[in-house]
Amino acid sequence: MAISRRHPAALLAVLVVALGTTGAAYAAVAAGTAPKVSAPSATQVTAGKQLFLEGCSSCHGLAAQGSTDAPSLIGVGAAAVDFNVATGRMPMAGPGIQAPVKKVVYSPAEIAALAAYIASLGPGPQIPTVEDVSTADADLALGGELFRTNCAQCHSFSGRGGALSEGRWAPSLMKSSAKHIYEAMLSGPQSMPVFSDNTMRPTDKRDIIRYIEELQKQEDPGGYGLGRLGTVTEGLFIWVIGLGALLGIAVWIGAKSR
Amino acid sequence: MSDTQQKASENVVISKVGVAAGYVDDRLASANFTKRLLDKVFPDHWSFMLGEIALYSFIILLLSGTYLTLWFNPSMTEVIYNGSYLPLKGVKMSEAYSSALNISFDVRGGMLMRQIHHWAALFFVAAVTVHLLRVFFTGAFRKPRELNWLIGTGLLTLAILEGFAGYSLPDDLLSGTGLRIAQGIIQAIPLVGTYVAMFVFGGEFPGTDFIPRLYSVHILLIPGILLGLITVHLIMVFYQKHTQFAGPGRTESNVVGYRLYPVYMAKAGGFFFIVFGVTSLIAGLVTINPIWLYGPYTPSQITAGSQPDWYIGWLDGAVRLTPNIEWNILSHTISWNLLIPALIIPGIMFTLLGVYPWIEAWVTGDKREHHILDRPRNAPTRTALGVMALSFYLILWIAGGNDIMATAFNLSINTVIWTLRFALFAVPPLAFVLTKRICLGLQRRDKEKLLHGYETGRVLRLPHGEFIEIHEPVSFEERAVLLSKVDVPALEITSGEDEHGVRNPKGRKAKIQAKLSGWFYTENVSAPTEEELAEADEHFAHQLGAHERTAIDSH
Repeated sequence: MAISRRHPAALLAVLVVALGTTGAAYAAVAAGTAPKVSAPSATQVTAGKQLFLEGCSSCHGLAAQGSTDAPSLIGVGAAAVDFNVATGRMPMAGPGIQAPVKKVVYSPAEIAALAAYIASLGPGPQIPTVEDVSTADADLALGGELFRTNCAQCHSFSGRGGALSEGRWAPSLMKSSAKHIYEAMLSGPQSMPVFSDNTMRPTDKRDIIRYIEELQKQEDPGGYGLGRLGTVTEGLFIWVIGLGALLGIAVWIGAKSR
Repeated sequence: MSDTQQKASENVVISKVGVAAGYVDDRLASANFTKRLLDKVFPDHWSFMLGEIALYSFIILLLSGTYLTLWFNPSMTEVIYNGSYLPLKGVKMSEAYSSALNISFDVRGGMLMRQIHHWAALFFVAAVTVHLLRVFFTGAFRKPRELNWLIGTGLLTLAILEGFAGYSLPDDLLSGTGLRIAQGIIQAIPLVGTYVAMFVFGGEFPGTDFIPRLYSVHILLIPGILLGLITVHLIMVFYQKHTQFAGPGRTESNVVGYRLYPVYMAKAGGFFFIVFGVTSLIAGLVTINPIWLYGPYTPSQITAGSQPDWYIGWLDGAVRLTPNIEWNILSHTISWNLLIPALIIPGIMFTLLGVYPWIEAWVTGDKREHHILDRPRNAPTRTALGVMALSFYLILWIAGGNDIMATAFNLSINTVIWTLRFALFAVPPLAFVLTKRICLGLQRRDKEKLLHGYETGRVLRLPHGEFIEIHEPVSFEERAVLLSKVDVPALEITSGEDEHGVRNPKGRKAKIQAKLSGWFYTENVSAPTEEELAEADEHFAHQLGAHERTAIDSH
C-alpha cells in the first residue's frame, strides 16, 4: 500500500484557499456593481430626517431601525421610499395587512428629502433616472414573454391585479407609471419579490414596462373588454345581459299570443 | 292591377306550389305526414322556448364552427408568429395558437365568427341549464317522459364536455392551464389514472398529440352525438306531445294551443333569427376570450385569475374548496383533493340528476301519465329538493371565482374559502326548509283565494262604522289554474304482514317507500272539497248582494 504523500490537512488548506479566493473575487466584482449612493445635499438629509421623525418614526423607529409594527428602513434605498410615498402607500392610514394606494401626502420635494435621508442610512437601490425607464428601444414582444413568466401569476395576464393569501393582493398596474413599476421591481414592496439587476437586467425591466404600457393604452380589439377579468365577467354577462335579453323576448313572444 | 288579374296570378302561384308538392308526394308519399306535422298543436308559454334557445344556439355553433374550421390548424408544430398583432410578433408558439390569432386579426370576419362561436357556446349551455330547471320544477320529466329527461341529462353532460374541448383548442395560456388541470384529474383516478393520462395525452403533458386529438373530438365526435341525441329528443317531444300548464279546457288528454303552421312556424322561425341576432350583436360589441392577451401556452407560465368558462366553474370551485388531502398507500398516491371534487361529486350529481324521475316515481308510487304540468308550489318537496341542489351548485360555482371576488370586494381569499366551505353544508338544508315553507304558504293562499276570493283593495265603511274589504271571486282562468291541484294521498304504511300473519318479503322496502312518500306529501294543503267550493260560491253571491244593498241604502 502506497504511503500517502499528502498531509491530512492539505485538502482543508486547498478548500480554504479556494473559497477565500472566490469570495474575494466576488466581493471585488460585487462592489463594482453595487448601487452607488449618490451624495445628496446635507440640507436634504436633515430636512428628510425631520420629516421622518414627524411622520414615519412612530412605526419605523427613531433611527429607522424598524419595530414590531413596521420593517427596518436601513438599506432599503431611495427607490423604495419614492415608490411607497409617491404612490400614497406610505404613510399608512392605519395598521393593516397591506398598504393600499391612496392620496399622496408629501410634496415631491419632501419625498426627495425623505428618500435622501433613508438612502443616507445605508446603500440600497436608487431612484431610476428618466433614461433608466425610457422604453423607446424596448422589445414589446419579449416584454410580453417576460411579463407572462414573471408578473402574470400575481398581477394577471392583463395586469389588472389578483388575490394573494390572507387578504393581500397584487395591485392593478393600469395606472402605474414607468418609474414606479421600475422602483417596485428594484425594491420589492410588500408581498412582491425583488427583481434586482442581477436577476433581471435593466433592459428586461424596460421591456416589461413597455408591455405594461401597451396593456394600459391598448383598446380591446374584440369590443368592450368586460374589465379584462377573464371568464368570470363573461359568465356574468351571458347570464345577466345575454340570457336576460332572450328571456325577455321569449316572454314578449309568449305574451303576444293571447 | 285589377282584382281578377291578381286572383289569376295567385292561382298560378298556388298551382305551381301544388305541382311541386304533388311531385314530392308522388315519390315520397309524404303528404299525410306533412299535413300531420303542420297541423300539430303546440301549447303556448314563454318557458317552453328555453329549449328552443338551446337548439338555435346549437345551430349557430355548427354554422360558425364550420367557418372556423376553414382557418384553424390544430397542429403543435412550433412557429414564429408574424401576424398583425404586434405585441406577439416574433414570439414562438404552436401553429394552433398562431392560426387562432390569425382568425382573430387577419381573416375577414374571423374575430366576429370566433366571438359568435364562443358566446353561442356560453348561451348553449346556459339555455340547456334553464331548460332543465323548467322541466324539473314543473315535473315535466314524469311518466311518460323519463327517457327524454335521461337524454337531456346526456345532452347537458356532452354540452359541457364539448365546451371544455373548444376552450382548450386555441392553445393559449388559459387553454393549457385548463388542460393541465384536466390531466391532473385523469391522473387522480385510482390505480389506472397515470396510465390513462399517458394514453390520452400520448405521453407526458403537454406533448404534441393531444390538441389534434381533441380537435377531432370537438368538431366531429361530440357534435355528431349531440346532433343525433337532439334529433331523438325532439322526435320524442313530438311523438309524446308537449306538456302544458293547467288552464281552462286543458286536460290530461288534449293539447290546447296553436298549429305548427302557420303560427309556430312563424314564431319559432322568428325566434331563431332573434337568437342569432342577439348572439351576433353581443359578439360584435363585447370581447370574449381575448386569447391574444393570454399569450401562447408554456407549462412554465400561469396567470392570476385563471378561470374556466362558466359551466366548468362549479367543478373548479369544488376543487378550490376541497382541503388538500392525499394518502400514500404502498407507494401509490390517492389524491382525495382531486378525486372528491372532480370525480366523486360530479359523478353523484349527474347520476342523481339522470335517475331522479325514477326515484320520485318510486317514492310517490305514482304510475300515472302526466301531461299537465305541476305548479312548483304544488309539489313542495320536489321544488325544495331542486332548490337545495341548486344552492349546492351555486355555492360551488361562486367558489370557482373566489379570487376575482376577493379582489373585487377587498376580501381575504382565505375568508372567502372558509365561508363557502361552511355555506356548502349549511345553505342547502336551509334552502330546502325555506322553499318548502314558501311553497306551502303559497298553497294556503291559493286555497284561500278559491274559498274567500281575492282582496280587491276596495274598502267599504258600513253605516254602523265598521270597515270591510270587498273580496271578489277569482277569474275563470285563474280558477281553472287553482283547481288543477290534485291531492295525492301518501302511500299507506302497512304492517308488513298479511291477514294470515305471513310476512311480505317486500315488506321492509314497502315500509321505507311509504315513509318516504309520507315525507314527500303529508304537509301538502288539501285542495278544497266540492262542498267547500259550493259553500264559497253561495257565500259570495250572498255577501256581494249584501254589500251592494248596503252601498245603495247608504245613498
